[in-house]
Amino acid sequence: MRIALAATCLADTLFPGAPRATVRLLERLGHDVVFPRGQACCGQMHINTGYVEEAVPVVRNHVETFAPVADGAWDAVVIPSGSCTGSVRHQQAMVCRRAGLDDLAATAEAVAARTYELSELLVDLLGVTDVGAWFPHRVTYHPTCHSLRMLRVGDRPLRLLRAVEGIDLVELPAAESCCGFGGTFALKNADTSAAMLADKTANVRGTGAAVVTAGDTSCLMHIGGGLSRQRAGIGTLHLAEILASTREEPTPLPRVRAGATEVTR
Amino acid sequence: MSAREDVLQRIRAALGQPGAGTTPAGRVGTAPAAVEVPREYRTAGDDAPGSEAVVEQLVDRLEDYRAHVHRVTADELPAVVARLVGELAPVSGARPSVVVPPGLEPRWLDALPSDVVVHRDSPDAPMTAVQLDEMSAVLTAARVACSETGTIVLDGEPDQGRRAISLVPDVHLCVVRTDQVVQTVPEMVRRLADHPERPQTWISGPSATSDIELDRVEGVHGPRTLHVFLPTIDDATGIDDN
Amino acid sequence: MSTFLGIPGIRRRSDDAAPEGSDPFGPVPHPDEPLRWGEPFPAAAKQTLQDDQLRRKLGHATRTIRAKRASVVGEVPDWEALRDTGSAIKEQVMANLPDLLARLEENVTARGGVVHWARDAAEANRIVTEIARAQGADEVVKVKSMATQEIGLNEHLAAEGIAAIETDLAELIVQLADDMPSHILVPAIHRNRAEIRDIFRRRMGDAPEDLSDVPRELAMAARAHLRRKFLSAKVAVSGANFGVADTGTLAVVESEGNGRMCLTLPETLVTVMGIEKLIPTYEDLEVFLQLLPRSSTGERMNPYTSLWTGVTPGDGPQEFHLVLLDNGRTDVLADEVGRSALHCIRCSACLNVCPVYERVGGHAYGSVYPGPIGAILTPQLTASSGGMSGADDVNASLPYASTLCGACYDVCPVKIDIPSILVDLRAREVDADRGRAVDPWRAAMKAASWVMSDGDRFGLAGRAATLGHVVGGRDGVVSKAPPPASAWTRSRDLPVPPQQTFRRWMAEHEKDGGER
Repeated sequence: MRIALAATCLADTLFPGAPRATVRLLERLGHDVVFPRGQACCGQMHINTGYVEEAVPVVRNHVETFAPVADGAWDAVVIPSGSCTGSVRHQQAMVCRRAGLDDLAATAEAVAARTYELSELLVDLLGVTDVGAWFPHRVTYHPTCHSLRMLRVGDRPLRLLRAVEGIDLVELPAAESCCGFGGTFALKNADTSAAMLADKTANVRGTGAAVVTAGDTSCLMHIGGGLSRQRAGIGTLHLAEILASTREEPTPLPRVRAGATEVTR
Repeated sequence: MSAREDVLQRIRAALGQPGAGTTPAGRVGTAPAAVEVPREYRTAGDDAPGSEAVVEQLVDRLEDYRAHVHRVTADELPAVVARLVGELAPVSGARPSVVVPPGLEPRWLDALPSDVVVHRDSPDAPMTAVQLDEMSAVLTAARVACSETGTIVLDGEPDQGRRAISLVPDVHLCVVRTDQVVQTVPEMVRRLADHPERPQTWISGPSATSDIELDRVEGVHGPRTLHVFLPTIDDATGIDDN
Repeated sequence: MSTFLGIPGIRRRSDDAAPEGSDPFGPVPHPDEPLRWGEPFPAAAKQTLQDDQLRRKLGHATRTIRAKRASVVGEVPDWEALRDTGSAIKEQVMANLPDLLARLEENVTARGGVVHWARDAAEANRIVTEIARAQGADEVVKVKSMATQEIGLNEHLAAEGIAAIETDLAELIVQLADDMPSHILVPAIHRNRAEIRDIFRRRMGDAPEDLSDVPRELAMAARAHLRRKFLSAKVAVSGANFGVADTGTLAVVESEGNGRMCLTLPETLVTVMGIEKLIPTYEDLEVFLQLLPRSSTGERMNPYTSLWTGVTPGDGPQEFHLVLLDNGRTDVLADEVGRSALHCIRCSACLNVCPVYERVGGHAYGSVYPGPIGAILTPQLTASSGGMSGADDVNASLPYASTLCGACYDVCPVKIDIPSILVDLRAREVDADRGRAVDPWRAAMKAASWVMSDGDRFGLAGRAATLGHVVGGRDGVVSKAPPPASAWTRSRDLPVPPQQTFRRWMAEHEKDGGER
């Protein structure tokens, strides 16, 4: 299949490991990955902060960049993010309509219909749960809110992780509770966000995992930021980075702060 | 403009009806799209009204919230009622007392010990709340019961009486015929829908509160003890079900 | 008589024995506006977050009730179908509101009731006061009701010399403590048993001196205290969970039996009902009386539900008044997106699952409607007094009091899409501020919009960001950033930008022919 990758603005700039792993994984499974260079951002941050007017050009850019998928230029668009996929599916057309751009809204819907979050793409479209990965570490999985409740990815990520060779997958207590990120919520309501994060990191630390994984780099930035500040010695990896890991080309454990000093595990 | 006219006008404005002006915040709304109400939920249970399965489920639910359940035959009922009432402590005076509605099946009282005082309340000769507060117990029939939720409904007919009599006394003795037991809430509501104007009390357990640290405490203001008698259908003794 | 001070906005203690000048238990200053008090949400939350004991109480309570709800909802095979029907019925009600209200009025009147209409809180309060006065009552007993909380009825009656006695246990606790409710279903959720014992001892005139903090004993003390009131009250005031247009039937759903007492024993009953509480037919109760108890208290059915239609000769109150309340509801109805907030049946399931509510508690929302539903309802209900007019109003902070995690939408028995409404309200607040206040967020969002709407510009910005790779030093993280990022780095590290953006890597990768 020819699959267009929407890397997400955050991962493109700050967490390139996630989209890199997505490319490696899909190519390993025998697919062509295309990166439309016009892409920037899906518009979610603007929309969820209330700046819908400012979101319109951002949404337009995304929709127009990925519009060829509606004409069959690619078989699908993949996004290694639950919340960005959710925004594409549930918000972009609404933003266009609100701005009176009905044609763009229709295109947005056509693009959204062919857009998949990574675990959806693998399990539903490509029909695979064992991607041939190897990752011999203790891992716990945080189901991000938007993948869980907006996209309803269900146990797809866990099915993919369970099939990884060598993995020691441990359950995260109160896994379905929000980590407190919420986009600009983390800044506008920083104290409440930090209180939620404290509970999440306590639960993560209780698992004894070396790595916490999720389908969203944004939530991982939040959880990882908390763990790093606490010098918990636990790193974060995007789901794609674990699924891309093989014996031949293993994904190294992330550099983390632990105790008083930095360690490489 | 009257408040009535004003509020209705605001609603019309909110619904985008032309010429209705604006809402207080200066808004004019849009007309909502027509709605089709889906009705895919269960309107009947798997088990027939009055079947052993629904009666058993009702018993389970009632006992779950610690009501006392008595499965008796028609002939046994008066004696069981008599035993329970006879054991009650008097609230005032020296003898236990029981209030009954005007149309209560008379046979149910046949076996009462002679020292029990029976008060027959009626809308024409209503007891005061203070008088009711001195009763040991109340004995009533019921209209319908729902097994899934453990609910018993009284609707104020002569065999159940005014709402106050089944509220103020601390012990409620309630006779539910097995043919009055249905499985689901919709079946119960549809039986009640014949007379929606009757004052209804749906009872699902003794009164309870969880207002202190979500710790459940039973028996607050309503009757603290609920006895439910489930005589089988052949014991109906001519009670009119309307 | 109690210590009536006669100053508007000062709430009277309902207890005769409270010593003059004693400190109220309530941490909440008595608000003049039940839908708008205190500081903006972030500041108010910052305060309540410091109360570790409160967080433990809330954590325990919400976990308990969440588990109960999940268990009784799980046993209903057609739960989703019921939600679909409930949601559609409410949508239908909103679309036909004028007709349905007229029908309700007609049926209540035909059965001997008197229907009043109130544009706002002041009008509703005046109507209730006049009815109580006409009965010569200086005391009324009350069934727990959000509508009367919302209009500040108790405070108004107090100012008119009429004592309103809350008879729900939690409402009684809140009232005795001179406090504000912090939960829709469990208003005293922020109080533990020891505090409740102290409140009863100090403020409930007839509390036993040796009262312990065992919940059963506390509940029995309240029972004894209230029983005398029930047996002597002439006038009762209630809200309504549902009003059936086709029959004129009203429904009150409760647990303790205080509702039955109030609805049955007094000679006069006044019910204050929001105009959105309607359902079209009696049979529709078969849907809502399944949805509400399981969502609310987590029971298969609540212990008591009372239904009455006007006046029943010889049974219950012989004088019945129904007050139909607007108080901002028509403003909500006018909002195409926000109007579904009016579908709310006040179950409070959204509070119990909300990770924000669980940490900050109800008082941080500065409204009698806290939690997710409060965050969408309060600003809209106060729209005519500026609740939606942008940053000037404290209520403008409420739509941001959510991570949009979506847990509220999942449990809502009438499927109110709270996250989408929150997002829409945020947009309205931002739009209301356009061209007014100086907004650093807008400047940032505008700049970001320009960068993020073009791949080349975004690529350049990304490359520029990689220059920041050096700022992280040895740790590879930023631990102390200047504002506004300082809000982040107070409790979390920031990663430093990588040496290479993804798109640069991808360009090289493509040049290599897609090989790794």
